[in-house]
Amino acid sequence: MIVAIASGKGGTGKTTLATSMALAVGELQFLDCDVEEPNAYHFLKPVLKGTNSVRAFIPVLNPNLCSQCRKCVQFCQYNALALVKGRVIIFPELCHSCGGCKILCPTGAIREGEREIGTIQIGTAMEGIEFIDGALNIGNPSSVPIIRKMKGLIDEDRRVIIDSSPGTSCAMVESVSEVDYCILVTEPTPFGLNDLRIAVETLKMLQVPFGVVINRDGIGDERVEEYCKEEKIEVLLKIPDSREIAEAYSKGIPFVEVLPEWRGKLQALYEHIEGAVE
Amino acid sequence: MKIAITSSGKDLNSTVDPRFGRCSYFIIVDADSMEFKSVDNPAVTASGGAGIQAAQMIADEGVEAVITGNVGPNAIRTLSIAGIEVYSGARGTIEDTIKLFKEGELTKADSATVNSHAGISERDNTRRRW
Amino acid sequence: MKELTIISGKGGTGKTTITGSFGVLARSKVLVDCDVDASDLYLILEPEVQSKEGFFGSQKALVDEEKCIKCGLCEDNCRFDAIVDLKINEMRCEGCGTCAYVCPEGAITLKPEKTGELFVSETRCGTMVHARLGIGAENSGRLVAHVRQKALEVAKAKDEELVIIDGAPGVGCSVIASISGVDMVLIVTEPTFSGLSDMERAVDLCTHFGIETLVCINKYDLNKENVKEIERFCYENGIEVVGRIPYDPDVTKAMVNAKTLVEYSQNTAAQSLIEIWKRIVERMSLSKSRPAKDVECLCIDEVHHADDYF
Repeated sequence: MIVAIASGKGGTGKTTLATSMALAVGELQFLDCDVEEPNAYHFLKPVLKGTNSVRAFIPVLNPNLCSQCRKCVQFCQYNALALVKGRVIIFPELCHSCGGCKILCPTGAIREGEREIGTIQIGTAMEGIEFIDGALNIGNPSSVPIIRKMKGLIDEDRRVIIDSSPGTSCAMVESVSEVDYCILVTEPTPFGLNDLRIAVETLKMLQVPFGVVINRDGIGDERVEEYCKEEKIEVLLKIPDSREIAEAYSKGIPFVEVLPEWRGKLQALYEHIEGAVE
Repeated sequence: MKIAITSSGKDLNSTVDPRFGRCSYFIIVDADSMEFKSVDNPAVTASGGAGIQAAQMIADEGVEAVITGNVGPNAIRTLSIAGIEVYSGARGTIEDTIKLFKEGELTKADSATVNSHAGISERDNTRRRW
Repeated sequence: MKELTIISGKGGTGKTTITGSFGVLARSKVLVDCDVDASDLYLILEPEVQSKEGFFGSQKALVDEEKCIKCGLCEDNCRFDAIVDLKINEMRCEGCGTCAYVCPEGAITLKPEKTGELFVSETRCGTMVHARLGIGAENSGRLVAHVRQKALEVAKAKDEELVIIDGAPGVGCSVIASISGVDMVLIVTEPTFSGLSDMERAVDLCTHFGIETLVCINKYDLNKENVKEIERFCYENGIEVVGRIPYDPDVTKAMVNAKTLVEYSQNTAAQSLIEIWKRIVERMSLSKSRPAKDVECLCIDEVHHADDYF
């Protein structure tokens, strides 16, 4: 079973929950798909086996074959190519790697090149966790190819926890699509509620079953719970606002290690979801 | 001499738009006859590569010099390959700017006045860990 | 006219709370919410929408079933895996146009897709430009560029000095679009391991784009050791730490009451925001928001500009 842990709003405790749950359940694959800001590493402290480069297409020009027809420049939707003084200039950092320029070049002057857009690390952590995380190289716009490659490493016969990208943009959609269940972590504040609503709509559109975990319970107001009640969304768990948890988090310590009584609760939650999915 | 000036409006009384890639308009003017036209900047809402797209358009117009406030490295690279001179740090009205240009009072930008996108492919992306 | 963008790398560090307070403190400004994914600024500023427009940011491939001969060339050539069994997956389609080019029958066209809405609104602290991205819509970077462009037009028309931009978390396309070419970036971080590494990535991003950067530390009393780490990192990289904000339950209370922190509270967190704002005014040489000599406090339930106390 693949469970993704996501949140509309950032900083609500997605990684906190994902890492503690992974440690409580154990013997699973853990994917940190928050490739813009991969942080699960700090909590699971894996022993790394290796780093793989994620590479994407960029065009490489052979000026001797180029007829300056300008077709590639006109075609590129991302302004990654320019033609001045009879020379085609390529700006790799703007390229989205669609490969269109290579296909349409009538003289075959563009050939396949590649550059690194990010990295994927694989390792092992405590409790028999197989750890996989991805990181987008700074300056690159799109996380999606990295997340897609990471998801290709999923072993469907195992238990899998995905720490998703936050928000509801393409990176989050890529992280949560085709998972068996998604836990949405929110906090009981107006911002938390607003972002939860958008995340809920996104999951409904993707037809992914989901439930809500309220983190820092007690800090704000009742509106998140009222919303869940009205929308008939299951509130799976409430984690109280706690200085202990916050301090452990600041040091990169999963909260199950400082509050061991949560181990059982998180195991039970995972099993509850397994039951719901079947 | 044909020059392009980044402008916030469509005539010679408008002020210089300090941005190159995302300026509102270009005023393309013959510095000798003062005949001019205004051109909408197609790159205004590009999510990326605005400087390149704007530079491409300016190069296609056949101008010999560009006057603006700040200009980034991608635009500089494109403009310099196109053999277009770039003058940065301009402010005030288009008309006054042209006068200053003719009097040789504007500074030539040899390199980008705003950094961006530089050196991405060579960059060391090894991950640091706290 | 100048642009200031507030980003955080890590989500939930208090970026929007800080932006909202700056909106109250700055005298001559337009506020912009570029966190189009999780746009929350409107919840505290309660804008009255003056005008709105649809945003057609991206193009999506559209297959004309009658012309399609099911040759599969489009599927073979799509590098985004956006065509499966000859059906376009709109969530994955990047609108690059390769499929339309390779289609021998001309059965595929690119159609502009409405991906969001853009609003110009009035709030109790001035004009605000904000947007809403369609559910699961892509190309937020382009929407951000559009929102910023709109804000600059408004600021120019109203002769406002500063555009204050609430940026998105992360380091991806919408963040890049919200910082490129701005005059100053303020990174809000917190003294946690995640806050540290996300700040570092955000600093790298700003350095990469050559933008002047400031850092402020929220909830600094959570972990003093990590505060030292942050300050050391900033020192080594020549970045000024413009302030530390203590953890304060008033932050959430202000949010629940739809107020900015400086409107709601006179506590230390609000005071430190005022200090930070004064420093930003100095660093950005904002003439219309002179640096304060002595700010006592701002009153609850009433909007004041920090200037009034100078």
